[in-house]
Amino acid sequence: MTDTPVTITLNGETVECRPGELLIAAAQRAGTYVPRFCYHERMKPVGMCRMCLVDVDMGRGPGLQPSCMVSVAEGMVVDTESDRVKQVQEGVLELLLANHPLDCPVCDKGGECPLQDQTMAYGPGESRFIEEKRHYEKPIAISDLVYLDRERCILCDRCTRFAKDVAGDPLIHFLDRGNETQVNTFPDHPFSSYFSGNTVQICPVGALTAEPYRFKARPWDLEENESTSTVDATGSRVALQSSRNQLVRVLGVDSDAVNWGWLSDKERFGYEATQSDHRLVEPLFRSETEFVPGRWNDAVSRIARDLDGKRVGVLGGARLPIEGQFAWSKLLDTLPNRAYRDAQLDDGLPAGVVLGLPRASIADACAKGGVVVIIGPDLKEELPTLFLRLRHAATEDGVSILELTPRATSLGTHAALSLHPLAGTVGQVAAAIAAGTSSQAVGGVEPAQIEAAAALLASGRPITIIGGRGNLAESGQYTADAIGSLMAAHPDATFLPALRRGNIHGALELGFTPGFAPGGVLDHDDVLDASAILEAAAAGELDTLVLLGSDPIVDHPDRALVERAFDRVGNVVAVDLFMTESCRRSDLVVPAAGFGEVDGSFLNLEGRLSPLQAKVTPPGQARPDWMIAVEIAMSAMTDLGFIDLDELRRSLSSSVQSFSAIDWSMLNSQDDGQRIDLDRPWTPEFADPLVAPPVDGYGLRLVVDRKLWDLGTMVQHAPSLAHLAGEASLGLSTSDFERLGVEEGGVVSIDVAGATHRLAVRRNRDLPRGAAQIPFRLTGFDPGVLLTADRLVTEIRVSAN
Amino acid sequence: MSRLTSANEIIANEIIARYPRPKSALIPLLHLAQEQDGYVAEDAMEHLAELVGVTPAEVLGTCSFYEMFKLHPVGTYVINVCGTMSCQLLGADELIHHAEERLGIRVGDTTSDGLFTLERAECQAACTEAPCLQVNYRHEYRVTPDDFDALVDTLAAGGGDVPPHGTLSRVRQHIPANRSVGAVPPEQVTGPPPWLPSAEEST
Repeated sequence: MTDTPVTITLNGETVECRPGELLIAAAQRAGTYVPRFCYHERMKPVGMCRMCLVDVDMGRGPGLQPSCMVSVAEGMVVDTESDRVKQVQEGVLELLLANHPLDCPVCDKGGECPLQDQTMAYGPGESRFIEEKRHYEKPIAISDLVYLDRERCILCDRCTRFAKDVAGDPLIHFLDRGNETQVNTFPDHPFSSYFSGNTVQICPVGALTAEPYRFKARPWDLEENESTSTVDATGSRVALQSSRNQLVRVLGVDSDAVNWGWLSDKERFGYEATQSDHRLVEPLFRSETEFVPGRWNDAVSRIARDLDGKRVGVLGGARLPIEGQFAWSKLLDTLPNRAYRDAQLDDGLPAGVVLGLPRASIADACAKGGVVVIIGPDLKEELPTLFLRLRHAATEDGVSILELTPRATSLGTHAALSLHPLAGTVGQVAAAIAAGTSSQAVGGVEPAQIEAAAALLASGRPITIIGGRGNLAESGQYTADAIGSLMAAHPDATFLPALRRGNIHGALELGFTPGFAPGGVLDHDDVLDASAILEAAAAGELDTLVLLGSDPIVDHPDRALVERAFDRVGNVVAVDLFMTESCRRSDLVVPAAGFGEVDGSFLNLEGRLSPLQAKVTPPGQARPDWMIAVEIAMSAMTDLGFIDLDELRRSLSSSVQSFSAIDWSMLNSQDDGQRIDLDRPWTPEFADPLVAPPVDGYGLRLVVDRKLWDLGTMVQHAPSLAHLAGEASLGLSTSDFERLGVEEGGVVSIDVAGATHRLAVRRNRDLPRGAAQIPFRLTGFDPGVLLTADRLVTEIRVSAN
Repeated sequence: MSRLTSANEIIANEIIARYPRPKSALIPLLHLAQEQDGYVAEDAMEHLAELVGVTPAEVLGTCSFYEMFKLHPVGTYVINVCGTMSCQLLGADELIHHAEERLGIRVGDTTSDGLFTLERAECQAACTEAPCLQVNYRHEYRVTPDDFDALVDTLAAGGGDVPPHGTLSRVRQHIPANRSVGAVPPEQVTGPPPWLPSAEEST
């Protein structure tokens, strides 16, 4: 296909189109909207609804053609407004409405319904259909979140196409045929896709409705702001809709750079947590065993005293918007002693790797014909919207994926090569791939696989390395080693970090990590990471521990260490939205404003800065994080140099080099945001690779990874999502499972470091032999009791009694 | 009823191996499931989904599209009486009415002994032999009410040559190993398909 533009005549005017472009899209770009139901710009066309029929003349006279199925061609003469087209549009609508119940007054879609709107614009006004309409049971729950009203359905194939082609979860399908055709699930196999909410958004009628929004509001009562999802580090662009100062719905915004309009259900329905009755609304002071509400000024001055001249450790910061992170960072830098801070709770990557490697964008990673190496988690569980982009790249754009993950991930079936080194060996495997060959198997990966991986990387195609923490029971240093080896062998490769926590990249950029000052400036005296901060607290070397939206008691992998730290440290101050486990153990809890309640900005995993906009007011006395920091500074008679958001942003741009080129005035008006300057004057140094302890022939290497639905604070405070968290079990590869000789679901003993635990066991075909998997933060069992921060890998023994 | 028996699972895997992509084997596998149980059971569809690597919803979508796959138990003999015009003109309505009286059921129902299911069908392409019907898709021509009674009596007594519902053919196809394409995706195929007689063989 050449790039020469194609010229067509559209309604008498000459229009230049891109070669191969669909007529409906070309017409839309030229300002002519062709009505449609089934066509969606982010999915393949099917020509299902016939609404987009237009007159197309290729020299043999005009004829009706569906404009979503016809590509533009040189000399094409198109009429979208001929009498025949109008007649056909009336006919199509009359037929679509023949079985449509016209229950618009009680339909959630009423007022924003393409069927309603297009019937008004193009419809016949009257129906000749006097027979009885088709009847189905009114809405049936096809999943915990989505309801289906089959009477309203016009069979456009949008939801089923999305489920199959975009999400890869074809759990809904057309059933039966002819007049009986309906969308439905298989009995007892609900549409439990992580992306089910997207089908509700793209449904052109009211057939699919989302449980959290049903009968909550009317479209004409909604107010809307565009913002950015803080649920994970992808930074999907969203529209926040509120009614009567309550968030009622979140919709995906089509940002070409990031999420293409799609959202995961966590991003879409997680807003419910903001409305929770369990939000903190006033400062709480510990008095003996219980909390007593207190005055805001007392809380602020108390924190100022707790920081001043004290030995301070700060955990968290990824929940905060950029502005909150900067204000807190400034505040901590004014203290006489160094306040050690870490936004990653020993569950991420060394910051030098993330900050220092040449950063890829999502578009770079997904560009046609590239190679993507994934060293890290199952992206569908941790960064689901990024997963959708990569899935599309692998299935449609010829991107080859090389997985170096603890288990086969959700992208595994689309991967060119899927390798699963045992915990502690990914660095050695990557080194062998970088060397191009290996004389023997490494960490369970065969020499032939290593050579195949090396050949894939040596094919001269652009390489993107996606790195994250796929296993909490393995030191993050191994992942860093692996990334280092591959980067050394392929210096032109770029890196896309797969860290999951909301604004973690803002936190790292603004110095909430050991080794770095704001702006990715090296600071070699700043040495304590989260585990070291907790060790210091446990050793009595810290006076005050500040929790900036972090919950280390349940979120740090080493349960025993956190307990020791909390037992010993004199004073814990928490700034949070909810009474988390860690807040309960604190001495002072201050309420912060959350998602949808503050203006600010967000830095995603590409280093893309996009806006957070307030839509509703925070509950009670909850305040934005930056304001809390400023008030603490004022109470300590310190001037941070700003007292409002504009001053703060000017100060940020002038003092942090990577933000110096940001045009803050454009922040709210750009769908794709602005990328900050990630050029560093230094390059990351990779130490000699860690060598894993030899594999114990009797033991299994533990993999602790995350699921999308877990016991996380946000999921648990969103009523529609809370019950989706599953039950923990021990996963074993088929060969280990059969060697053990137990039933599926049978309880086994797990021995680690002298202690015995009991847990149900399941066969997991995604796991390599010699590995055992327990998901983090599910109900029933906490793998944190098996882990210690100083152990490089965790070896467990499993027995059947 | 049930998943495929282990004997049928072996046959199923043999069928799957004939196609370049496992999914392509779905229709013959659905026939196999229907042959086993007389209809396509939910458990069987889940089993087929596992065997060809799709979701059960996709199997149901395919299965429910075709009238000849039954999603609920039917009688051992499914009697389809043609109700389209040629047959109607020559007494199909009367024949169906008679069949309902004789079997004691309405169109669409199954007799309580589980022997007969009565259906009214569209044209069976035997208009010259109207009125016609099919028993498990085997034709009977120019059927009078008396013929119908005789047919039902014979079938009920275990006579006749009609195999139970679901059996399409009593002969199973076996593809010799040297003629088997195997699971090779179309884009990887080189040369003519092995099941075509080679040039030497045909001369």
